[in-house]
Amino acid sequence: MAARALRCLIFAALAVLGLSGGARAERLVLSVSQPEVLITSNFTGADLVLFGVVEERTPGEGAYDFAVTVRGPQETFVTWRKSRVLGIYVNTDSRTFVDCPAVLAVATNRPADQIAEPAVLRREQIGLSRNIFLQRVGSDFADVVPDDPFRLAFLRIKASDGLYVEEPQGVTLLSPSVFRTSFHIPASAPVGLYEVSVKLFRNGQMLTEAHTAVTVRKDGYGQDLAAFSEAHGWLYGFSVALGALLVGFCANILLRRD
Amino acid sequence: MTIYLPIAEIPVAIFTIFAMGLAVGFISGMFGVGGGFLMTPLLIFTGVPAAVAVASVSAHMAASSFSGALSYLRKGLIDLPLAGFLLAGGLAGTAAGVGTFALMRALGQVDLVIGISYVLLLTGVGALMLVESLRFILRAWGGTPPAVRRPGTHGWFLRLPLKVRFRRSRIYVSVIPIVVIGLGIGFLGALLGVGGGFLLVPALIYLLRVPTQMSVGTSLVLTLVTMTAATILHAAFNGTVDAVLALILMVGGTLGAQFGARAGQRLKAEYLRLLLALLVLAVGLRVGFDLVRPPADPFAITQQGR
Repeated sequence: MAARALRCLIFAALAVLGLSGGARAERLVLSVSQPEVLITSNFTGADLVLFGVVEERTPGEGAYDFAVTVRGPQETFVTWRKSRVLGIYVNTDSRTFVDCPAVLAVATNRPADQIAEPAVLRREQIGLSRNIFLQRVGSDFADVVPDDPFRLAFLRIKASDGLYVEEPQGVTLLSPSVFRTSFHIPASAPVGLYEVSVKLFRNGQMLTEAHTAVTVRKDGYGQDLAAFSEAHGWLYGFSVALGALLVGFCANILLRRD
Repeated sequence: MTIYLPIAEIPVAIFTIFAMGLAVGFISGMFGVGGGFLMTPLLIFTGVPAAVAVASVSAHMAASSFSGALSYLRKGLIDLPLAGFLLAGGLAGTAAGVGTFALMRALGQVDLVIGISYVLLLTGVGALMLVESLRFILRAWGGTPPAVRRPGTHGWFLRLPLKVRFRRSRIYVSVIPIVVIGLGIGFLGALLGVGGGFLLVPALIYLLRVPTQMSVGTSLVLTLVTMTAATILHAAFNGTVDAVLALILMVGGTLGAQFGARAGQRLKAEYLRLLLALLVLAVGLRVGFDLVRPPADPFAITQQGR
């Protein structure tokens, strides 16, 4: 017990020292290849490249580690479990995952468990398994144990749809303080703001973090159509119905043989 | 080649959707069914959100049934007064169906109710039609001349008051069963997200004794009106009609329906009935199989509000 208390004290002292030297702490500068992704009629997804540089490097032992996390717009999902009732399979159980990112991509320069202690990784939410997914349990909101079957199934299905990706070697170090990584925005990704956060580690401690963002939005006639449908639902409905009748009429006239 | 659907917010393979429209359109034109009970599950399987699939298919069915109805109209194979009485019941039934759907949704398990209703309805109707058409065909082979109006086929419900003569269909029946049939079709159609043609055609043939071709033509009119209304309502209240998806389906569907209508007119009526029976039965068994079979993944994710 005494040894543990002592260790805590040393850590606290180090933390205070670290804070006092704040003026000389590392700073991350980020640059993303494309701040805006436009979805046009032939959109099949986009590949983005992110560069980052560590400035104001402090002397010290150990190499820098980088953890890049991309979080898409938040949506609420329901994970259902089917089980057999009277011979047929029905949805019997469900969990609601509140405001989860529609897209989640995590990249590190080496496997996360080599970068820092599990407690640190959990606090900083590095990796799919350590990202917090809020569940609504009755009137309460909480994340659950990492091996909860609903949470695992949620991650598994999202990963198989290509929406959740984890790349333990996805960050390339161009020099000890310059990195490059790429991430993919899949074609089925929703429009909205994609937040990119980079966390800098050394010797298992997080030194600093930096944020940037990518906007994904519709463009071209698709954007006009979606906006029209939202603003003037009745008019849009009548237009589509009229168009449908016109197509039917034309097809009948054109293909008439008698 | 893929195209991005602006309302569904997903990319789809344009030729796959086109081919699906073509195939379902052929079936739709041949049997006078809307094809919704085939098209909607196919689209959902392709990855289109269910709400968008149902809404966009209604636009597709409006186009495809209009094209088919025009062909039947030109040949004098539509009984407009009969269609009018059916529509009176049909629109009221649709409203009741939409209300019931909302109620069941509030109670949960709407998917299960839809699945079981599909199985019971499709296998029931399909089996009845299959037995009837096989008996008819066998009797024709056996040398017994098939009776055009078999004895004892005039149900008591046809002798109710308010009798009207429908010249085109060559029937003189009470309008009460006609409005009730329209009501039932409209209700089930709205509840199950289908046009109801596959129910209406056999109902007209077996319950009212309307000639097969006339049943198909008249049913197309009902599909046309209800699906046009559904398109407008879905767009106004749910914003789920994807015009791009609907257009691809329409072009494929109307093309297919033209060929289907011609093929249908060339086929003998009893074989047309046999084929429709087999198709309805097959879809019913397929849905039933999905309910009974252990799922590949017991878990599934749905997104709230879509």
